[in-house]
Amino acid sequence: MVTTFSRARKQRIDALVNSGDEGSSLLQDAWARLKGSPLFWFGAVIVGLFVVLAIIGPWIAPHDPGAQLLIDQTSRARNSIAPAQNGFPLGGDTQGRDLLSRMIVGARQTLLVGIFATLIGLVGGLILGILAGAFGGWIDTLVMRIVDVMLSIPSLLLAISIGVLFTNPNLTSVIIAVSIPQIPVFARLLRGQMLAQRESDHVLAARALGVKRGPIVFRHMVPNSISPVIVQATLVVATSILDAAALSFLGLGSQDVSQPEWGQMLGEAQGSIDSHPQLAFWPAGAIIVVVLGFTLLGEALREAIDPKNRR
Amino acid sequence: MTALLQVEDLTVQFNRKGVAPFTAVDKVSFEVAPGQTVGLVGESGCGKSVTSLAIMRLLPKRGTTITGRVDFEGTDLLSLPLEGMRDRRGRDLAMIFQDPLSSLNPVVPIGIQVTEVLERHRGMKRSAAMVEARELLESVGIPDPSRRLKEYPHQLSGGMRQRALIAMALACRPRLMIADEPTTALDVTIQAQILALLKTLVVEHGTALIMITHDLGVVAGLVDQVNVLYGGRVVERADRHELFASPRHPYTHGLLASIPRLDAGPGERLTPILGSVSDNIPWTGGCAFAPRCSREIDACRQVSPVLEPLESRADHLLRCHNPVVPVGAGAATVAATLEEEPS
Repeated sequence: MVTTFSRARKQRIDALVNSGDEGSSLLQDAWARLKGSPLFWFGAVIVGLFVVLAIIGPWIAPHDPGAQLLIDQTSRARNSIAPAQNGFPLGGDTQGRDLLSRMIVGARQTLLVGIFATLIGLVGGLILGILAGAFGGWIDTLVMRIVDVMLSIPSLLLAISIGVLFTNPNLTSVIIAVSIPQIPVFARLLRGQMLAQRESDHVLAARALGVKRGPIVFRHMVPNSISPVIVQATLVVATSILDAAALSFLGLGSQDVSQPEWGQMLGEAQGSIDSHPQLAFWPAGAIIVVVLGFTLLGEALREAIDPKNRR
Repeated sequence: MTALLQVEDLTVQFNRKGVAPFTAVDKVSFEVAPGQTVGLVGESGCGKSVTSLAIMRLLPKRGTTITGRVDFEGTDLLSLPLEGMRDRRGRDLAMIFQDPLSSLNPVVPIGIQVTEVLERHRGMKRSAAMVEARELLESVGIPDPSRRLKEYPHQLSGGMRQRALIAMALACRPRLMIADEPTTALDVTIQAQILALLKTLVVEHGTALIMITHDLGVVAGLVDQVNVLYGGRVVERADRHELFASPRHPYTHGLLASIPRLDAGPGERLTPILGSVSDNIPWTGGCAFAPRCSREIDACRQVSPVLEPLESRADHLLRCHNPVVPVGAGAATVAATLEEEPS
């Protein structure tokens, strides 16, 4: 009798102790806010469609993007290109190739540039940022001065300067040229977060328990510093796509005509923009929409993760 | 009895370019015997937290000058290579902090944070450490420890977080634990629980405890010996009962008098200590407390008082020219006390 009573009492106390605020994790919280954000859904749908297109593009393109199927309707001398017609809804380009197929297949190149340029920029930025943030002192000063020098050059100008170093421009050279200007952006962002973390109570508490420098940096500082970097990465995808398009437009992009790319198509349309503006309209429009999609996604993420928005 | 920790003339100065160095801790000396609980008491800015961080060597190297000795079991911690100090932190000396939420890593589950200490100092494998961590959480009174191990700090209540931090600090059975205002951020009911827990664990493990607090209630319930700090110096030291029964320093007296009392008459006002700790403490050429002191005499402005034992009690140390008269003391004793003190 007594034991059942005391057990019931213990359970009641346990229930009370357990009733402490359950809370929700940062991620759950962020997701809850994301779900209600029209910006996020708009961006996510655009990005989702774009990624799907990039993956399945070569299989759904109606024609071979490299084949000059409409060459008989194309004449450089008379400045005529094939108009829209049955089976070719957007018509041909200056070389008599199907514009729609080139647009569809070109999505993949654009996505590859965006993703890989961001990844390289991210990795480089993480290394520099962690070095500066973890060690501080003269290492921090050195790294940050290098970063300042890189940031003092406009990113597109820097990308072009790196692009022209390659005698034989291709997709890889575009990715490298576009990614390097992004490194200092990530490095500075991460370093700032790491510095704040270094002064934080939980890092002090971990140090008071004798935790070594490695785990302090990689378990206690980096994971707490990374979320703004992830948001930045989403935005950098958009910038990279734009920069890559600009490079291709300037003739520093891939020279492989069988692998169309939107920026390169835009460059090719230069000569006939007066007579045939549709050649520039489609790739430019596609770039704008995709960049908009990534930017909206990034902004929505930034707002959702921002701790100031936590209830 | 040999001391476990012997702090001798510990001085901490913060130097900033263009500004005169600021002395946060000024020749503080005290001892902690094995298993003893010592309190460092004082208001904000009196140097109590800086003292503890200096003992743990957790102050930033740049801009900080630390002199004196911190003798722990015969080793001077201050001259130990950093690597050696890291090995001792968490194993021989541990520390818990004021705010349990911000002292836990928000993105790592509790279990990993507890096992981290065990892996670090006892070379345990993750799986074995998890079993041990479960027992640790249980020993600090966290219900359903298996579930809590997988949870994140924000999913725990404030009291449970502080319990988890205590578990981490005690994981390697340190011989000394420093608790820096461990109950300040908690509800009053939880405060009592945490203090009771600390008391039990300290007794069980034979751990010595340095309790840093501004809360005299905490001192009353837990501490063997009290050091009252003002302006970076110890102004009074006595065991708990002695200090509460007959505080001699006007500052200690003021601290005790400023506590709201339940048995106070209606409409009775609180008695605060006026003013606040001044930024640059003029211990040179006088007593730092003099500007706020109700018992200030001429000597207080001219001669810096020294910490000396009372004539009547060798274990009650005091740094004052004109100490408070103990309650119930006759006029003769008062006169005698006044004559004893250098003036």
